[in-house]
Amino acid sequence: MNLLEVRGLTTAFMTGRGEVNAIEEVSFSLKEGEILGIVGESGSGKSVTALTVMGLLPQPPARVAAGEVVFNGQNLTRMSDRDMQRIRGPGISMIFQEPMTSLNPVFSIGDQIMETIAAHERLSQADLRKRAIDMLDKVGIPSASKRLDDYPHQMSGGQRQRVMIAMALACNPKLLIADEPTTALDVTIQAQILDLLMDLRDEFGMAIMIITHNMGVIAETADRVLVMYAGRVIEEAPVAQVFDRPLHPYTRGLLECVPSLTEDKPRLVAIPGTLPEPARRPPGCRFAPRCSHALPACSEAIPGLELLEPAHTVACFRAQELAPA
Amino acid sequence: MARVAFRRLLSAIPVLLIVSLISFGLMRLIPGDPAAAIAGVSATPAQIEQLRRDLGLDQPIYMQLLDYYQGLARGDLGRSLLLGKGVFAATMERLPVTIGLSLYALVFTLLIGIASGIVAALRQNSWIDQAAMMFAMIGISVPNFFLGLLMIILFAVHLGWLPSGGYVAFSQDPAGWLASTTMPAFSLALLQAGLLARITRSSMLEVLRQDYIRTARAKGLPQRKVVLKHALSNALIPIVTVVGIIVSLLLSGAVVTEALFSLPGMGQLLTQAVLSRDYPMVQGGLLLVTTFLVLVNITVDTLYAVLDPRVRYE
Repeated sequence: MNLLEVRGLTTAFMTGRGEVNAIEEVSFSLKEGEILGIVGESGSGKSVTALTVMGLLPQPPARVAAGEVVFNGQNLTRMSDRDMQRIRGPGISMIFQEPMTSLNPVFSIGDQIMETIAAHERLSQADLRKRAIDMLDKVGIPSASKRLDDYPHQMSGGQRQRVMIAMALACNPKLLIADEPTTALDVTIQAQILDLLMDLRDEFGMAIMIITHNMGVIAETADRVLVMYAGRVIEEAPVAQVFDRPLHPYTRGLLECVPSLTEDKPRLVAIPGTLPEPARRPPGCRFAPRCSHALPACSEAIPGLELLEPAHTVACFRAQELAPA
Repeated sequence: MARVAFRRLLSAIPVLLIVSLISFGLMRLIPGDPAAAIAGVSATPAQIEQLRRDLGLDQPIYMQLLDYYQGLARGDLGRSLLLGKGVFAATMERLPVTIGLSLYALVFTLLIGIASGIVAALRQNSWIDQAAMMFAMIGISVPNFFLGLLMIILFAVHLGWLPSGGYVAFSQDPAGWLASTTMPAFSLALLQAGLLARITRSSMLEVLRQDYIRTARAKGLPQRKVVLKHALSNALIPIVTVVGIIVSLLLSGAVVTEALFSLPGMGQLLTQAVLSRDYPMVQGGLLLVTTFLVLVNITVDTLYAVLDPRVRYE
C-alpha cells in the first residue's frame, strides 16, 4: 500500500475575478521511505500541492474542489481540523523555504521543539528536554544542551533550518515535506542541509517529498520526479529517466537551463515567455504558447498523462514522436 | 532586564526636571493673584500685600524657582496655599482614587479591547468582525462624559443598580468601591477599548500571516495554542506600546469622569488648585502625577524586554 496517495486533486482559490484553480487534477503517490521530488517554476503549484496535503491552506479563500489525499489509508481531505492536528507532526511534517522567519522569534528553540513533542506525546518536562537535545544533536547543532535555550535570532540561517528539521522530525513522522528547504541558504550550506536530510532519511526511514525549482537538488536527492507546470503534472518518472530521456518539451527546457561544466554550451538556453497566471491560463496544453513543437491541436485540448515507457508518464500529444531514439 | 529598567529610570530624571519647570512657568503665566484668591473678596489691599509677603510671592521669579528646587532637593513639595496642608499629603489623599479608577478602567480596556480584537482578527471580514469594529467605532466616537451620563440615567436613575456618584475607599469596603467606580471606569474605558480593539485586530492580522504561524500549525499544535501562544505573544509587542499611552489618556480622562461622578480624585483637586492659583499644589500635584506616568512607561519598556528576547539581548 502506498503511504500517500493523491488522486485528481484540484485546489481552487476565491479571487476578485472569481474562483481560480491553483492546481488541477494532480495525482501521484509515495511509498514508505521513498523520496519524491516535485519540480517546477515559481507559481507552478508545487507549494499549493504540499499545503493542500498538509491541510494548511486558509479556507476560505482556498478550497479542495475535487480529488482526495489519502495518507496511511485515511482520507485527509474529509478530515476535521482537529483530526488533522493529530496527523501533522507524527504523520506528516513540513519544513519551509524561509528558515529566517519560520521560527517564532519570541520563544527559545528548545521551547519550540519541546512543544511539538508535547502536543503529541505525554512526556515529563525532563524527558521532553532530553528528546529535544537529542534531536538537536541529530541535526548537527554543536553543544546542543547549551543551545536549547537560545532564541532564533542568535542562530544563522543554516542553523535555523537545522532546528526546523529537528522540530519536524521530533515526532518521528512517516512523511516529511520539504518545501524549497535550501533555496534561501548559501550554496555551501545547501549541500550540508541536503546531506543531512539524506542521512536522516536513512536513520528515521521516513518518506520525503522535496519541492524545488532546482534540478540539481532533484538529481542529488530524489528517487522519483514529478514535473509540474501551470498547476498540472506534466511528467513523472524515476530520476535517472528524467535526466536521460526527458519526454516533455518543458522538462527538456528545464534541463537545458542547468549550466554544465562538462558539456560545451556557448549560452544557456532559456525557455521563451513566462508562466501564465492561474486566471489567464491558455486553453489546451498549458505549455503550448511557449513550446517550440506546438501544433494547432495542442491549443484545443488538455493532454492527459500517458504511460509511455515503464514507470514514465507524460502529458504531451507529441511526446511519442519527439522522444529521443 | 534589570539593566533596561535602570537605564530608563536614569532617563526619567531630566523628564521630571523639565515637567517641574514647565508647571512652574505655566502657573505664573496665568493671570491672577493667589494672595487675592486666598484672602477673599472682602480683604483690604494691605491684608493681601501682607499675605503675598508671607507666601513669598513678592520675591522675584528666579528666587521663587530656586526656593522651589531647594524644597524639591529636600523632598519637600511645599504646602498648599488653599488647603493649609502639605502638597504631598493632599495628593496622597486623592491620587489613589484617580489611580484606582484608571487601573480599573485599564482592566476593562484590556479585557474588551484585546478580546474583541483577537476575535475580529480570527474571523476577518465575517459579521463578528464587522460588529466588533462597529462597536469599537462607537466607543471611539462617543464622548466619555456623554456615555457616563447615559449610564447614570440607565443604571442609577431607572434601574437603581449603582449609585450615581460618591466614593467608597477600597480599603474600607471593596464591594462599595466596586459599586462606586464601575460606571466611571467603564465609561472611561470604552473609548480606549475601541482604540485597542482596532490596534489588536490589525496587529493580530499581521502576525497571523507570518511564516512561524504556519510552522506552528504544521507541527500539529491545537488552534488555541497557535493563537494564544504563538500569535498573541508577538502581537502584544505593538499593543504594549499603545497600552502605555492609554494609561496616560485614562489618567487625563479621569479628570472629567471624576467631575461627572463626583469622585474626590486628582482631577477635582487640581482643577480647584488651578482656579484658586494654588501654585505649590499645582506644581507638586503635576510632578507626582508625572512621576506615576513615568513609572508606568518604565514598566512598559521593561515589558518589551520580557516579551521580546531580541530586546533583552541587545
